[in-house]
Parts: sequence; C-alpha cells; structure tokens
Amino acid sequence: MSRTVQSVERAAALLRVLSAESEPMALGQLAAAVGLAKPTAHGLLRTLVEAGFVDQEPTTGRYQVGSGLLHLGSVSLDLNELRSETLNWVDTLAARTGEEARIAAYRDGAAVVAHHVFRAGPGTQEMDTGRALPLHATALGKVLVAFDPGAARSVVGQPLDRLTFRTITDRSELLRALADARDTGWASAVSESRPELAGIAAPVRDRGGYVVAAVGIAGPVLRLCDARGLPRADLVEQVVGVSRSISRALGHGRAA
Amino acid sequence: MTAPQYVAALDQGTTSTRCMLFDREGRMVSLAQREHHQHYPRAGWVEHDPMEIWDIVCQVVPEALADAGASPSQVVGLGITNQRETTVVWDRHTGRPVHNAIVWQDTRSSSVLPAVAAEMTEADIQARCGLPLVTYFSGPKVRWLLDSSPSLRERAERGDLLFGTMDTWLVWNLTGGVAGGAHVTDVTNASRTMLMDLGTLDWGPELLAAMRVPRAMLPEIRPTVSSFGTTVSPVEGISLTAVIGDQQASLFGQAGFDRGDAKCTFGTGGFLLLNTGPTPVRSQHGLITTVAHAMEGESAAYALEGSIAVAGSLVQWFRDSLGLIRSAAEIETQALTVPDNGGCYVVPAFTGLYAPHWEPDARGVIVGLTSYVTKAHLCRAVLEATAWQTREVIDAMNADAAAPLERLAVDGGMTADNLLMQMIADFLDIPVVRPMVAETVSRGAAYAAGLGAGYWPDREVLRRHWRRAAEWRPTMSANVRDDEYQRWRRAVELAIGWGA
Ligand SMILES: Nc1ncnc2c1ncn2[C@@H]1O[C@H](COP(=O)(O)OP(=O)(O)OP(=O)(O)O)[C@@H](O)[C@H]1O
Repeated sequence: MSRTVQSVERAAALLRVLSAESEPMALGQLAAAVGLAKPTAHGLLRTLVEAGFVDQEPTTGRYQVGSGLLHLGSVSLDLNELRSETLNWVDTLAARTGEEARIAAYRDGAAVVAHHVFRAGPGTQEMDTGRALPLHATALGKVLVAFDPGAARSVVGQPLDRLTFRTITDRSELLRALADARDTGWASAVSESRPELAGIAAPVRDRGGYVVAAVGIAGPVLRLCDARGLPRADLVEQVVGVSRSISRALGHGRAA
Repeated sequence: MTAPQYVAALDQGTTSTRCMLFDREGRMVSLAQREHHQHYPRAGWVEHDPMEIWDIVCQVVPEALADAGASPSQVVGLGITNQRETTVVWDRHTGRPVHNAIVWQDTRSSSVLPAVAAEMTEADIQARCGLPLVTYFSGPKVRWLLDSSPSLRERAERGDLLFGTMDTWLVWNLTGGVAGGAHVTDVTNASRTMLMDLGTLDWGPELLAAMRVPRAMLPEIRPTVSSFGTTVSPVEGISLTAVIGDQQASLFGQAGFDRGDAKCTFGTGGFLLLNTGPTPVRSQHGLITTVAHAMEGESAAYALEGSIAVAGSLVQWFRDSLGLIRSAAEIETQALTVPDNGGCYVVPAFTGLYAPHWEPDARGVIVGLTSYVTKAHLCRAVLEATAWQTREVIDAMNADAAAPLERLAVDGGMTADNLLMQMIADFLDIPVVRPMVAETVSRGAAYAAGLGAGYWPDREVLRRHWRRAAEWRPTMSANVRDDEYQRWRRAVELAIGWGA
C-alpha cells in the first residue's frame, strides 16, 4: 500500500504545525511552514474549520487547533442533547404513523434509547428512554451496526442471542441483512425480538455524514407489515423521510 | 381536486416570531421563524423595536405560505398569539411608534407603582382586574411612558396616540395601518393590561384613572374567537379570526377548553393555567385571575394562573453565566451522574419570588454547600428548583380550586428533560403527561382561528387531536417527598430573609 491521498497528508501536516504552536497562526505563516501556496493552504484550512478540527479567530483571522480535535475520541453525542434536538421530529413520526417511535444511538454494545414517543391510543405505556436494545434483533440496532463502525466492531465475535424463533443468529445471514440495509437505506426486524413485534428504522447522519443515531417505529406485525409479511412501503417512506429531516436539521447535506 | 385548505397561526414571542400552517388533522405543515433584537438600555429595562417585529411578520407570513405551497385563498383564517403585557404606543397618523415596546420583563414601572397605589389600594386593584400591583402588566408601563413626557400625554389625550399590546399593534398593521387599520384586542390580552375590569370585560374607568391612561388611546376589546378584520398586508385577503395571549393559547392548544383543565408550560419561565369555567375565581393563595378565552356569543371562560419567573432561565444561567455546562440538555446528563442533590438547594429568586409568595425583594440563594457537593449535585438542585416551584403553585391552585388536579399536562422546551419531568411527577405525586409536538402556543392560536373560520365544527373535534406522547408516573415515597419539601421551604425562607 504505497498510494496515499495528497490532501489528507497536507491537512495532517497543517494540524501538526498548529498543534506545535501555542499562539494562533496567520495564513501566510502556516502556508510557508508546510510549503504550500496560500490558496491551497486556505482551502484545506477552511475544510478543517468546517470539520471542527481548526478554529479561526473572528477578529484576526488567525488559526489554531480546534476544540473538536482536542475532544476527538473522547466525546460522543450526548443522548439528552440528541433528544432535545430531535424531539419534534420523532413526535412527528409517531403522529404520522400512529405507532411508537424511538431514536437510539450506539453505546456500550447496544442501541440505547434517547427518546421514546408513545403509540396512539389509551392504556398504560412505559417510557423506555435509557433502555439498551439488542443490536442484532431490532431495526434500530441493525441500522447502527450497518452504518456505525463502532457498533459493527462490537458484534464481531460476540454470540448472537436467540430471542425468538425469527432472531437472526447466523452471522452470514446477519451480514446479508446489513448489506441490504446499506443498499436500501433502512432496516427492519419482524418478530425478531418479540414474536408479535415489528420495527422499521433508518440512519440519522451528522454534518460530516457520520451515522450518529437510528430513528424508527415499532408496533404489531399485523399493523406494520403487509400480507406477505414485509414492512409496509408507506411506513418505510415515513421513517426514511423523518430520518432525512433529522439529518438535515443536524447539518447533514448543508453546503459548507 | 380542490386545493387543500389550511389555518395559520402567527406567534409573536419574546425572542422570536413564527408563522405556521396547520391542516385539518391539526398537523403542522409549514413553519417560518425569525428572531428579533433585545434592547437593554439600562439595568432592568428590556425593549423591542415594534417596526423590526412588523418587518419580521412581513417576512415570515409569506414564507410560511410559500413553504406549504399555499396561496392566501387557501388559508381559511389566521390566529394571532403573542407575548403578553408588552406595551406599544404609536402615532395613529404616521404609524410610527413613539417609543420602543416596553417588554413584560422590564421593571422600570416600579417607579410609578407607589403613585398608583396612592390612588387605588392594591386590594382594590386586584379585586377589579385580578392582578397584583407589580411591574409586569401594561397599565403601569403606559403610565411611566406618559408621565415621562408632557407632550406625549397631551398627544395621547388629544387622541393622536394609540396603545396596544403586541396583538393590537400587529392587527392594526395587518389590516391597513394608517389607512384604516382596526384598533382592537381580545379579552385574554386585555386581561393582562391591568386596565380591564374582570366583571364587565371592558376597560374599567377607575383603573384607567389610577393608571392615568386616556380612554381615547385604548383599542376595542373583542372575544378571543371573533372577527378581527381582513389582512391588507403583507398578503391580502386572509380573515383574522382569533387573537389570544400566548399562555392562554397553549392552554387552548392542549385542548384545555373546560373547567378543571390545566397545563404548565416550562420554557424560560413556567406558566401554570387552570381553566375555572364561566366565573372568575378569586385566589386566596397568591394566584392571578385571568381570562382563558371567550367565544363570540358565549360567556368567557376564566383561569387561575401561577407563574414561575425563573425556570429554564436558571439552566441558561448555569450555562452562560457560570459556564458549568455546554448546552441546556447537558444539565440532565450531569444530574443523572448522582442519585440525589447532596443536600444542596438552589432558590432562583433573581428578581424576587412570584406566585404564590409575591416577595419582590427576595434574592437567590444556594444553600447546603459542603466539600462533598459537586457540579452534578448543583445540576440536580437546579432541576429540582423548577419542580419545587411547580409544587408550590399547584398547592396554591388546589387550595383555591374545587377539586385537586389529577394530572398535569406539560409543554415547552424543558419537557425535553426526562429527569425534570420525572421529578415533577414525584414532587407533585400525580402523573405528568406530554402531548405530541410541544408547539402548543401556535397550535392554540390555530385552533381558535380554525373554530372562528368554521374550519372545525366544534371543540370536540379538536379534543380528539390531543395525543399523549409521554407520561411520567410518581415513584417517590411520601416520606422522602415530605422531608425534601420541608428543606426546600426552609431554603425559600432564607431567600426571602436575605432580601429583607
Ligand atoms: N434538556 C433541557 N433541560 C433543561 N432545560 C432545558 C432543556 N432544553 C431546554 N431547556 C431550557 O428551556 C428553555 C427554552 O424553552 P422554550 O424554547 O420553550 O423557551 P421560551 O423562550 O420560553 O419559548 P418561546 O421562544 O417559544 O417563547 C431555555 O431556558 C433552556 O434553558
């Protein structure tokens, strides 16, 4: 493997120079330090600012290492913040489908529920915010494993527990289901965690395109699936639509 | 296929103005929103520029229509809801305000309160208009303005100046302004001016005299749901079918139409309203008597209101002034890392304590500090402060009302905080329920406007739109609750004592 990407190398060089410097640096200084033309360095720095790895002082225009880089590897999206930012959308999904809706993120080997909205209708329902759902047996979990490398790593070599007759316990079958999810942009789980329960979910992306959560609905198989036992297309469309709206609200696809 | 029809809501709030369109199922189909500037000319003074707000209205209304792909003819009615009490005075000939709007939070009118009290006792004022003599309400703000300039008073008396709360300013401009704009308000907004008699639902001559407000500058008071005219600008031909103050709108948006219905909004402040039906209930426990809504041709529905001055703003203070958290939502993350408050209590009496205490001189305290207390304990104490203040207002309300509240319907930005909602259920010992989509203020204005336009036949249809999104049930033992309440009350006494 000798081929490398030049702009990544250059960006890395800029970050190395910046992190060695205690004072913010001007564009000219930086460009000279890494041997680049000013416009080239400027383009790279602008991208790094967008990614949160470099900060630019508003008054002087000088650059320094960004707080995003300092926290890299230590912070993940706070679940309570995720709820605050997505509450209205998850409500909307529940309102449009009449089913219960959840948004969950990958934490410690599970899909952890950040926000839960009740299904329509009377009767007691339990809030399950904070609950850990199995990754391989729920639609929310499958989306996270399919799209979040951290979640994907966590299922490697772990046994796939059987929860129902339909739970996917065969690894190659799971890999096929995940590939399908990546192709279609959504996942389902029908009778896989509980016999009577089905779920449909889709990924939520942040500004950088990274999948930070999964949003979806759950309900009786009879309501969520058609006569052939497949998730109803209109419900899939609602789930995918809301996942896109949330991603947009988090900055995904916005022009830099 | 005929073009779909919508009902619109224009929500003129303290920080922003938004316009939303709703469909027949009560679902929001479009939203446009803009913030306006806050002006703080001196400590305790807060102003808005009425022209800036009108400009923003001229942007968001067409934007919301465009967002839904709707023409004005597809909008059957527009309802206006607004920050209450904020006072605008303008010249009827030029349409220009003579002063920035004096915002409800502004405390400058404290200088005229003694003069008002000299002309009419506080008890007499409260008996007539249901409100305690404090700086919030419009009457003292108008008096301050006219007292500040003899020429303004003279122009007001000649009938050249018009007074209005935000709803009145907007309706006047929407219906043509200097070219024949309607000078009107609704009973819910008028009930917050301190100038309206709660019995007659008309301007009270004695109150006007005490506040020195000339009758000539006042708008006509109409029922909440009635005809307020037709828009001329920024789009033509939409019927204005409802006007309602923001907290009353959120009660309406929660389908709180009938006696015994209540809601609490948790935003910057906290506002609890209980519908008391067709007769005004006079509080013996420090609550405000106000109008919930009035439909054309029906008698008005009244409400008891208890407000908490500092709720979400305490979280903001923790974030912005103390820098202990990066985002409002992080308060919950921090608080969840510890099982209790570590013996620490925060009483946020930043500008005194309001309902049910009415201690304007009380000041904030943090008590129970030991070296054991961490940031996480303080975060818990911050959330508990909102929950205990809610308990105090509910206790007062239960003491005034015929039957105790059996559950609390909530809305507002703080309902995103699950821990806080659980605390409230625990401290109140009743279930807390959150309806779907917390935008209840705009929804209430849309409901009222839709009823006015005949878009919905009756309130029963709207009641069926109410859907529970979440519910928190009490889990705290009575012993723990009572002990903690005891300690909170002691902390409140210290806050009152500190200011004395
Ligand atoms: N997760 C949370 N936990 C605690 N407080 C929160 C949380 N999220 C938001 N808040 C607080 O809620 C308040 C915002 O709520 P909201 O948007 O309803 O405010 P508002 O300004 O009163 O409303 P409006 O702008 O509609 O008039 C802020 O004061 C903020 O500190």
